[in-house]
Amino acid sequence: MPDLLLELFSEEIPARMQAKAADDLRRLVTDKLVAEGLVYEGAKAFATPRRLALTVHGIPARQPDLKTERRGPKVGAPDAAVQGFLKATGLTSLDEAKIQRDPKGDFYIGLIEKPGRDAIDVLAEILPVIVRTFPWPKSMRWGARSAKPGSLSWVRPLHAITATFGLETEEPDVVKFAVDGIEAGQTTYGHRFLAPSAISVRRFEDYEAKLLDAKVVLDPERRKDAILTDAKQLAFAQGFELVEDQNLLDEVAGLVEWPVVLMGSFEEEFLKTPDEVIRATIRNNQKCFVVRDPKTGKLASKFVLVANIEATDGGKIIVGGNERVIRARLSDAKFFYETDLKTKLEDRLPKFEQIVFHEKLGTQAERIKRIERLAAEIAPLVGADVAKATRAAHLAKADLLTEVVGEFPEVQGLMGKYYALAQGEDASVAAACEEHYKPQGPADRVPTDPVSVAVALADKLDTLVGFWAIDEKPTGSKDPYALRRAALGVIRLIAENTLRLSLMKVAVSALAGLSVKAADADKLPSDLLAFFADRLKVQLREQGARHDLVDAVFALGGQDDLLMIVRRVDALGKFLESDDGKNLLAGTKRASNILAIEEKKDKRTFDGAPDAALYGLAEEKALAKAIGEVKAEAGAAVAKEDFAAAMSAMAKLRPPVDAFFDKVRVNDDDAKVRENRLKLLNEIRSATRAVADFSKIQD
Amino acid sequence: MDASLPAHMRPDRSFQGLLLALQRYWADYGCVILQPYDMEVGAGTFHPGTTLRALGPKPWNAAYVQPSRRPKDGRYGENPNRLQHYYQFQVILKPSPPNLQELYLKSLAAIGIDSAVHDIRFVEDDWESPTLGAWGLGWECWCDGMEVSQFTYFQQVAGVECAPVAGELTYGLERLACYLQGVDRIMDLNFNGREGAEKVSYRDVFFQAEQEYSRHNFEHADTAMLFEQFKMAEAACKKYLDAGWKDGKREAHLMALPAYDQCIKASHVFNLLDARGVISVTERQSYIFRVRELAKACGEAWVHTEAGGAA
Repeated sequence: MPDLLLELFSEEIPARMQAKAADDLRRLVTDKLVAEGLVYEGAKAFATPRRLALTVHGIPARQPDLKTERRGPKVGAPDAAVQGFLKATGLTSLDEAKIQRDPKGDFYIGLIEKPGRDAIDVLAEILPVIVRTFPWPKSMRWGARSAKPGSLSWVRPLHAITATFGLETEEPDVVKFAVDGIEAGQTTYGHRFLAPSAISVRRFEDYEAKLLDAKVVLDPERRKDAILTDAKQLAFAQGFELVEDQNLLDEVAGLVEWPVVLMGSFEEEFLKTPDEVIRATIRNNQKCFVVRDPKTGKLASKFVLVANIEATDGGKIIVGGNERVIRARLSDAKFFYETDLKTKLEDRLPKFEQIVFHEKLGTQAERIKRIERLAAEIAPLVGADVAKATRAAHLAKADLLTEVVGEFPEVQGLMGKYYALAQGEDASVAAACEEHYKPQGPADRVPTDPVSVAVALADKLDTLVGFWAIDEKPTGSKDPYALRRAALGVIRLIAENTLRLSLMKVAVSALAGLSVKAADADKLPSDLLAFFADRLKVQLREQGARHDLVDAVFALGGQDDLLMIVRRVDALGKFLESDDGKNLLAGTKRASNILAIEEKKDKRTFDGAPDAALYGLAEEKALAKAIGEVKAEAGAAVAKEDFAAAMSAMAKLRPPVDAFFDKVRVNDDDAKVRENRLKLLNEIRSATRAVADFSKIQD
Repeated sequence: MDASLPAHMRPDRSFQGLLLALQRYWADYGCVILQPYDMEVGAGTFHPGTTLRALGPKPWNAAYVQPSRRPKDGRYGENPNRLQHYYQFQVILKPSPPNLQELYLKSLAAIGIDSAVHDIRFVEDDWESPTLGAWGLGWECWCDGMEVSQFTYFQQVAGVECAPVAGELTYGLERLACYLQGVDRIMDLNFNGREGAEKVSYRDVFFQAEQEYSRHNFEHADTAMLFEQFKMAEAACKKYLDAGWKDGKREAHLMALPAYDQCIKASHVFNLLDARGVISVTERQSYIFRVRELAKACGEAWVHTEAGGAA
């Protein structure tokens, strides 16, 4: 079956848009082909700075013929309706229509046969539409044609379209179409500088090979591989190690068609500036990689650049030029860093009085005061020194006002640590300046130093309570203040450091510190707690655990100690994997179901202790005894926070519950016996509530 | 690059040689070589030869050097690459020709940047001027990792859609010259290409000015007067715009250029006030908005003039 080759050749496409554009091109073309009844075998799309390319192979040469039936008017309908039907179906007279009987009467049915068209004609129709409606994040007009309305928009000026279609064994045809004066053909161009001449291509295989000859590596993955391999080798040859950076690699591969990796150096004296600042300078501004000494892990005074040409001088001038720019950039960075060191962090704080954190939540200065107070309150609960936690909270945001962070926002926190250490702060205080932002996401490390933990919790809880108070909660996909991340951070800080903390108390306290009056202040802490429960469920689900167990534990009420919740969920999960657990769950559910039915029938509940005198059967007595024992044992274990032991105690319920259902008829003819047995069932339910609300657990 | 040129005309030996080479190149292409606009502007784009001429259907190809003033960027002449007054070389071609990238690359060759040994790259840069109500898409052009030009396809200027689109090239002349001459500080540039006693450096021409203007911009500019000037320029701009509508009907305008001068004036006064640090963050937005409103009204007036394409 024939293949399609499509190339859209333009001026330089922004690197960050290339991957998605290639994917969009593949999706749009193949979706349209399938919608047209042309089911293809495979498709692959590519992007370089100057072209989007697509190959679709195994497209049928023709669409299948289509037969559709169209129901017309009733037999004997007015002429206008008949004429309309004939027009719509293309029939010349009613003789060509069938008559079909259904309960409403006899109807004309027109059979429309639509012969399939040649795939190349279909392509000539769909491709220009796709080009005209291509979903670029931002597109533009250009040239003389832009004087008229409706001129083509593309990401940057589009110069040529290659579109061929045909069998491997034959000379392919050009798909004939034009978009705003650009005729599809089979001519493309090589590398802008190394091989700029026109190239005539036939199909994907020779296209890719000819481009390679013309110094264009079509596949971005191949460019990335080449850059990474060469960069690593170049670093290794000098006794260094490349600092890998996937985002930078993706970007750089989108800036070149013919990657040539070169190494340059800078003056040793710049290495006095923190590594992270050097790296940010070299990466953000110059899109170059840094290398480190594998023995010390410290950066070396070298960088790796990726050029787009094989220079006739071997790259000497290119390296020299890049070195000059990097020297200038690093000397700016060094200047910023040294300037920052001249001002103490606390001396920067007054400026925060002028900076609004959020219109309704006051200035940054007010927020810092709140975090200080909260950190001091949390400190004893997490084993942190109160004075240190207060000090850390006081200084933790100050680096936002430094020159280096102004230039490179991604080193916020880290610079705070460096500046804190430089002014002789305690090591824990300095660490907290960096770590209080953590964990930033599910993959980020959770701080363990108690001072960091106290400030991290205070920072996040102030944010959560504050935005809850002004009713700026996350909705659907919108979470502009990253509150979900903050809540998950709190959960991980508590769980991974095994901290005991009443979230309700802390939330109430944080709320009291706000100057804004919350609309629903009474409900806020429990509302926030429910949000934490949701986050915990999401997290457990991502870890593959059963999130319904979180509901089963939260349903007990009064649960605001995350660590205990997590442990209870954990023990419950293990228990439910055992046979005892599964059967007890089944027994408990059975008891609940019977109770629900009978409670509805009698319009009453069966609370209260059963009467031992009414037990007629051994199984009843055995169950009652077991419940008594298990309640006491599980209760004691829960009090000791030994949830595994509580579950083992629960396991003892299983044999008597099973035996009870086996041998005892609950709905006894004697109303008193029946009531007593229902009360016993209720006892099973209440006994299990020592560990969780089993009714919330999914089977 | 013409190797037979004397040093005082050569782009790699003298700052003036760079200006001359670019002027020559674009004159050969067919551009009108304009002179700098005789008012203080923050960038070559403000020159009416770009801002206003980019609007309307009439073809327009022009190139010029424009001294640009960025009061906030002053460093008393001490920073190696930052000045409050520097030169931009500006090219505007309307409609943008299909081979604009090639023309640009040839202009680099004309000043001695050979694409066989230099790594020239077009790196995404979306251009926007909030004060001019203008935006376009294009690139920063990199030579061996250094940004040497801005390349923009204007989509909208002064609030008016560009039809047809103009291509704008802006060369950062001092930076290019540093690269060509192989010096690290702008002040060390050879200005006239002579050596010994005859040599005039960029420092000789501009160092004192940088110091004086930095003092002025940051410490002494009379803010009371400037606030007043802003209001006056704004009022005058509106007044001229109102008076310019022929027969009081909004069909033809007769005073777009003088009105636009007042818009330029307001913009520069705002930059000075900003450098003096007397405009708060929220006020800043409102000043930018006020200048933009002037620019948009001027754009609207311009497209009702003859050069703006009104019938």
